[in-house]
Amino acid sequence: MHDVATHDDAKGQYFWVWGALLVLTAIEVVLGYKQVFSAVRMLEVLLLLSVIKSALIIGYFMHMKFETALMRWMITLSVVACFVIMYFFFFPDAGRITTLGVK
Amino acid sequence: MADATVERAVVVHQDLPASHTAPGAYEAPLFGAYSKKVGMWLFLASDSLTFGALLFAFSYNRIYTTPWPTPFHAASIANASIMTACLLSSSLTMVLGVFASQRRDRAWTRYWLLATMVFGTAFLVLHGMEWSKLIGEGLTIPGFPKPATAAAGELAEVSKNVPQFPATFFGLTAMHMLHVTIGVIYLGVVAFRKLFLPILGAIWLAGYLLIPSDNVFHYGIHALLLGLIVAAIILFLKPKDYDAHDVEVSGLYWHFVDLVWMFIFPLVYLMSTKIN
Repeated sequence: MHDVATHDDAKGQYFWVWGALLVLTAIEVVLGYKQVFSAVRMLEVLLLLSVIKSALIIGYFMHMKFETALMRWMITLSVVACFVIMYFFFFPDAGRITTLGVK
Repeated sequence: MADATVERAVVVHQDLPASHTAPGAYEAPLFGAYSKKVGMWLFLASDSLTFGALLFAFSYNRIYTTPWPTPFHAASIANASIMTACLLSSSLTMVLGVFASQRRDRAWTRYWLLATMVFGTAFLVLHGMEWSKLIGEGLTIPGFPKPATAAAGELAEVSKNVPQFPATFFGLTAMHMLHVTIGVIYLGVVAFRKLFLPILGAIWLAGYLLIPSDNVFHYGIHALLLGLIVAAIILFLKPKDYDAHDVEVSGLYWHFVDLVWMFIFPLVYLMSTKIN
């Protein structure tokens, strides 16, 4: 049983994670400034970077990496499943409105 | 038969402390973690759906609205980048606070939690300044208090022609700001307990008196009063010395508000930039 995360000996890894998060944020800002991609491609790239950042935060800062497999999978799968449902609920309709020419 | 079972249970429990005699006290935890942590994770899972719905609604509006307003100049993006750095740094100090609490180092637990609160407060102040600037430029929704400059501001046309932009922007960011505010109060209660109540009260009063009445935060500051009342009820009805488990659970909440911002920042700010 993992009561309280006891990873004091590996404190340095949290500084690396913090540094990685700052670097990823800087990349996002540069992409936003330069606007090198089209809007849709930019959205894809930014979302990918955000998912990587959130995985780092959940895995390390929130210690999910050190929880039991059951907890990891139950929480992650249930939330992701709800997001997938939301995706199919919202976006086809938003696209349909666009093709109908609604401004 | 039933009486015999009860008798046996009583005999078994006689050697245990009173707090451990409740039925199910020794049931193995479902997720291999203590109940407060599982409870917080389940709350965060449900809260992520709240933010997920708001982000999907924002994106839905973003897709079907042409052209989408791009009110965020370089100064706004720089401001939002600093806010992001504040939240990321606050997560690191929170982790260090959790470690200090596990070492039972009470002083350093307080210092790190205080550092986390300072970063969180800096985030709120910067966010508040950004909101005030946008409102001053005319980005408003009906019912918002607004300064005299708003009517002729650069963004007044946006509010008139694309009202879904200010509605979704303020709705989403206000929800997040509220979560950060609750997080700062939560950490203050865990770190300083009853000592935090007069400090929170003083901040609320100072904010209410100093913020002009045409600024939305003149009214928004009352969230602190509400937080003060709730914190006081909790601290007086159930006074306790918060331990490493409590610090870790409060850390989960704090990291979550950081996590949500990692999606709001690119989706709301970086996708609506006006750099040139």
